[in-house]
Amino acid sequence: MTHKNLILLSSFLLAQTAHAVEFEVSGYAGLEWREYFETGQFNTTDVSQADRQYGIVAEPEMVWSLSEGEHTIVFKPFARIDSDDQERTHGDIRELSWMTYGDDWEITAGISKVYWGVAESQHLVDIINQTDFVEAPDGEDKLGQPMVKLTLLRDWGTLTGFVLPGFRERTFSGEEGRFRPALVVDTDNAQYEAGEEDAHVDYALRWSHTFEDYDVGLSWFQGTSRDPLLFVDPALAANPLATVKLAPYYAQINQIGVDLQATLDSWLWKFEAIYRSYNESLMDDFDQFEQLGLVSQSVDNYSAVTGGFEYTFYSPFETIWDLGVLTEYQYDSREDSQRVVGQNDLFVGSRIAFNDAESSELLLGFIQDLDNAGTQNIILEMSTRLGSSVKFNFDVFIPMSDDDNNISSQFKRDDYVQLGLNYYY
Amino acid sequence: MNVFVKLTASFAATVALMSGVSAQAEFSLEGLSAEQQGLAIAKERKARDLGWGDSTSSVIMTLRNAQGEESIREMRMKSLEVANDGDKGLTIFDTPKDVKGTAFLNFSHIEKSDDQWLYLPALKRVKRISSRNKSGPFMGSEFAYEDLSSFEIEKYSFKFLAEEKVNGIDCYKIEQIPTDKNSGYTRQVAWLDKEHFRGQKVDFYDRKKSLLKTLTLSDYKLYLGKYWRPMKMDMLNHQTEKSTELNTLELAFRTGLKDSDFNKATLKRAR
Repeated sequence: MTHKNLILLSSFLLAQTAHAVEFEVSGYAGLEWREYFETGQFNTTDVSQADRQYGIVAEPEMVWSLSEGEHTIVFKPFARIDSDDQERTHGDIRELSWMTYGDDWEITAGISKVYWGVAESQHLVDIINQTDFVEAPDGEDKLGQPMVKLTLLRDWGTLTGFVLPGFRERTFSGEEGRFRPALVVDTDNAQYEAGEEDAHVDYALRWSHTFEDYDVGLSWFQGTSRDPLLFVDPALAANPLATVKLAPYYAQINQIGVDLQATLDSWLWKFEAIYRSYNESLMDDFDQFEQLGLVSQSVDNYSAVTGGFEYTFYSPFETIWDLGVLTEYQYDSREDSQRVVGQNDLFVGSRIAFNDAESSELLLGFIQDLDNAGTQNIILEMSTRLGSSVKFNFDVFIPMSDDDNNISSQFKRDDYVQLGLNYYY
Repeated sequence: MNVFVKLTASFAATVALMSGVSAQAEFSLEGLSAEQQGLAIAKERKARDLGWGDSTSSVIMTLRNAQGEESIREMRMKSLEVANDGDKGLTIFDTPKDVKGTAFLNFSHIEKSDDQWLYLPALKRVKRISSRNKSGPFMGSEFAYEDLSSFEIEKYSFKFLAEEKVNGIDCYKIEQIPTDKNSGYTRQVAWLDKEHFRGQKVDFYDRKKSLLKTLTLSDYKLYLGKYWRPMKMDMLNHQTEKSTELNTLELAFRTGLKDSDFNKATLKRAR
């Protein structure tokens, strides 16, 4: 092809695309005010944990749609500025991806987000994206994950393969923040089992299908665990002048998962289970760390289960509400409340959709640790719309624990009330 | 096509040939019981609406409370006709902005309950939801989910009541009693115009048998030379004095939608 032809061709292509590109911006910006009921558990003479946090958040979304949606490019950055916790002041690229599809396939490449699973009280199966833990202690917020994702739609179900180049570290509160362990997690000192560290390429596969009233999913993941093991770095522990901090250690894991929902009239029956295994050498290393007092627990292969139901009463008490009653049981084979939050816990809750013009909703939840009568969480989430573009959120979170050996006790004084106003455009 | 419609059609065609008038005007209810007449009218209504294939539309819903305060919902809908079963539908919400990108997928069925999924864009989560909630408000409006689902003969038992005029149009007045125990209504009274069998007005009676809502359909437009669609639907709740106006801004048929466009796995890319 001659130079001239190439110029002609490229200008033709540009003209074609320029003609067909549709661009759209939407998103939200908001203010948040969180007030804690109690002073921080880990206040020292030098460090005082915040009693009140103000936040400014923004999450715009830009979408370029080409050839009537055959190609889509999405860019969704996120930023938060926090008044007190430097670690909570952070930004992220939630999405920067290109997607295209045919009749029975779909490809996404770039930074994106994926959700797997059916349960409400915890998300065991959902593993692709790292938790943005500083956002909220419920772990529902996720960081953008680099991926190439290929989906095949077949009569026998939907099969999705993932190549995940690049790992995202979990965010942790800083020393003046809340929802942190006694020792601060030093996110600048992340360590990895894999020699490639955060450049290790992970793989995942998921099959899902609907059989009449049953939605089933099977998944497999191999790569860097999104849940860090926390240990005291021996290099720091040996230095008497250094502040002792925890280092996040990202191990290699293999995980299989299953999720199942039966939708039967007003009943939703939900079940999720995983089995996670580590390398023998990693488990041996952590056994040694334990003997050296660098970790308080060993590392074991384990399985975990969440199962329960959601039953909805429609138009109860002569209202137009939907009133849902939820119950889920959480089990972890390690049966160790020092290491695991949902090792033997029961969640009961109620969700009300008021079905009004303001789309008002209320969720009230209660999680009880069945191994320890004094360990439980109370959750309240309320939202409504003010005018046409402002969403008002009111959240209360009350973690409680009277057992200092229970992992939940590190948050026992982090009870808060939060008001949020988000403007959507 | 069932035997009755075939017979009626051939009879009407014969009469039309002899008398030279439009075949449609010769639909006959003679010699039938009130129930048979009601069913015949409903079947004619359904028969005239077969074969539309698929459609895409963009609609705006205006919610008004008793004080006249307004709230706006904009959405786009895609529909696919399914032979011998209920239609498939995909609704994508554009406003309120906080629910932008939320998508609702519905496979309606004649013999069993519908299959429904909801896509929540903030969580990237597709949730299977219970379709038991037929009588619940759709997006806080005065339209219930069942008011917006496809018209199927099997969903009601019918009875012809009278011939009446609605807004100067000659109509058949028929009673429709829902067969589904989960319906929010004990009965509906519908007025269909005699010329095209288009709904002009529907009264809805609640579980206590008192008048709950009235739907008025207007601004009918003809598509593909055969299919009439109302561009305006007004639902008035007599008990709360709230109302919802649903206006169709754009509507196109046979846009090439396929079964694969109605899939829980592809719900995530609905924009």
